[in-house]
Amino acid sequence: MTNYGALTPVNIVTGFLGSGKTTLLQRLLRSSELADVAVLVNEFGEIGLDHHLLQGVAESTLLLENGCLCCAVRGDLQKALRNLLSQRTRQEVPHFRRVVIETSGLADPAPIAYTLHAEAVLRHHFRLSGIITTLDAVNGGSQLETFAEAVKQVSMADRVVVTKTDLSDQASVALLRARVRALNVSAEILDSTEIGDAIHHVLTDDIYDVEGKFRETGRWTANAIEANAAHDGGAYDDAHGYSHNHTAGVDSFAVIFDQPLDWTAFGVWASMLLHRHGADIMRLKGLLNVAGVPTPVLINAVQHIVHPPSHLERWPDADRRSRLIFIVRGLQRARIERSLSVFNDLVNTPASSAHCRAGADQANSMQFRSLASGLPLARD
Amino acid sequence: MCALCGILGGKGHWTDSTSAPAAFAGRTAPQTRLRERQARARLLNTVLKQHGIVVKDWSGNAYLLTGHTGRTAIVDTIGEIWPAAERISGRPCDPLDERYLSALAGRQGASAAP
Repeated sequence: MTNYGALTPVNIVTGFLGSGKTTLLQRLLRSSELADVAVLVNEFGEIGLDHHLLQGVAESTLLLENGCLCCAVRGDLQKALRNLLSQRTRQEVPHFRRVVIETSGLADPAPIAYTLHAEAVLRHHFRLSGIITTLDAVNGGSQLETFAEAVKQVSMADRVVVTKTDLSDQASVALLRARVRALNVSAEILDSTEIGDAIHHVLTDDIYDVEGKFRETGRWTANAIEANAAHDGGAYDDAHGYSHNHTAGVDSFAVIFDQPLDWTAFGVWASMLLHRHGADIMRLKGLLNVAGVPTPVLINAVQHIVHPPSHLERWPDADRRSRLIFIVRGLQRARIERSLSVFNDLVNTPASSAHCRAGADQANSMQFRSLASGLPLARD
Repeated sequence: MCALCGILGGKGHWTDSTSAPAAFAGRTAPQTRLRERQARARLLNTVLKQHGIVVKDWSGNAYLLTGHTGRTAIVDTIGEIWPAAERISGRPCDPLDERYLSALAGRQGASAAP
C-alpha cells in the first residue's frame, strides 16, 4: 500500500466571499519554506496572485448516483490535478511538493477531500493536508448566522484564520472566536495580524507531517479537553449569551475513554457510524490508545472519508486516555459514547472494557435522520 | 492476482492495520492480516446477528454476506458491508439506534454471565 505520509499534500484554503483567502495566500506564498507550492484557484478575484505555478479551475461537481453531496467527485479538480501531476512528471513545470486549492467563497470542502481520496489516479499521488478557513472579523458573525456554507467551512477546518481584526473591536473578535470554538473544538484559531515568522505552519502542520504532527495533535487535544469542560458547563452560553449548539445545529465535543480501545471493534463501529451518519459528521479526529499498541494512533475523517491512520512516536504527555473529537450536526454525545462503549465491550470483558469518562444523560432523546441508502462502495 | 482462483488483490481500507504499518509497528502481541480479518469477521457476525446476516471472510480478500433468505453479497471492504447488509436485510445499520444497542449490550451481558 502507498505510504500515505509520502504523498504530495494538498491544502484547501476556503472561506466566505471577501473573507481574505487570497490575501492570506499571498502572505503564505511569500514564505521561503513554501517556495515549491502549486496553487489551484477556483476564481480569479480582484486581488491578483503573482505565482509561477498558478492555474485556474472552473468549479464543477460530478454528483454520484446516490446523490450524497460530500461524496461527489470534483471533475474540474480531477482534471487539474491530473494535469499538474503529468506536467511535474514531464518536468514541464517547476517541481512542487505541495498543492494549495483556493476554493470559491461558497464551496463545500468535502467533495475536494473525496476527490483526493477516491479518484483512481490522484489517490496514489496526493493526500489531504490541512483545511484552512478564513473568517472575516467584521462580517463573519452574520455570515455564520445566515449561510450554511459559512458554518460548514468553519466546522470542517483544521485552522480558522480570523481576518480584518484591525477593523473590528476586541469584544466582537472575542465573541467570534468563541463562536468558532463552539462550532469546532479542534481547530486552531489564528488572528491574521498575529501570524509571524512561522506562517508556513498554517499549511504544513497536519497529522502526517513528521515535524508538524506533534504540534497539530497537541493543539486539538488540548482544545478538546478545555472545550469539553466549557461545553458541559455551558460556559459559552453564560459568557456570550448564545447557545453553543444552535448554529445550524452544529455541535462539537470530545469523547474521552479511560481504557484502551480494541482496534477491530473501533474500526467496525466507526465504519458503521460513518456509513449511517457520515453526512452529519463534519469531522472526526482521534488520538487513540489502542490495546496492545504502545504509541498513540491518530485518525482523521472528513464526513464519510477516513484517511489511513497515522501515529505519534511517543505520547505527548502522561495522559493515556483516548480522545475522539466530533463535529456533528444533530447527533448527541451521550449516544455516541454509549454506542462506542457497547461495541468495545463486545470484544473485551466487561470488567476491563472502556468506560466513558464523560457520561452524559443516556435518556436524552435522539433525533434520527433518514439518509438515502445505497452509499458508494469506496466510502468508509 | 491469485494464480489459482483469479482473485485480484483486495482494496486497502483504513481499518486494516496493514494500511498503516508504522502506526501499529510497536504492537506488543503478534498480529497477522489473516488473524485480524478473522477477528473482524467474528465481530461482524455479532453486530449483524440482529439483521439475520452471517459474514465469512472469503479467501482473505473479500467478505461473503448471507441473509436468512439465502440472499448473498460479496464485498471487498468493511465499508461496503453496511449498504450490502441493508439491502439483504431491509433494515438500517445504525449503531446509534437505541433498540439495536440495547440488544447488543444484552447479548454481551448474557455471554458474560456464568
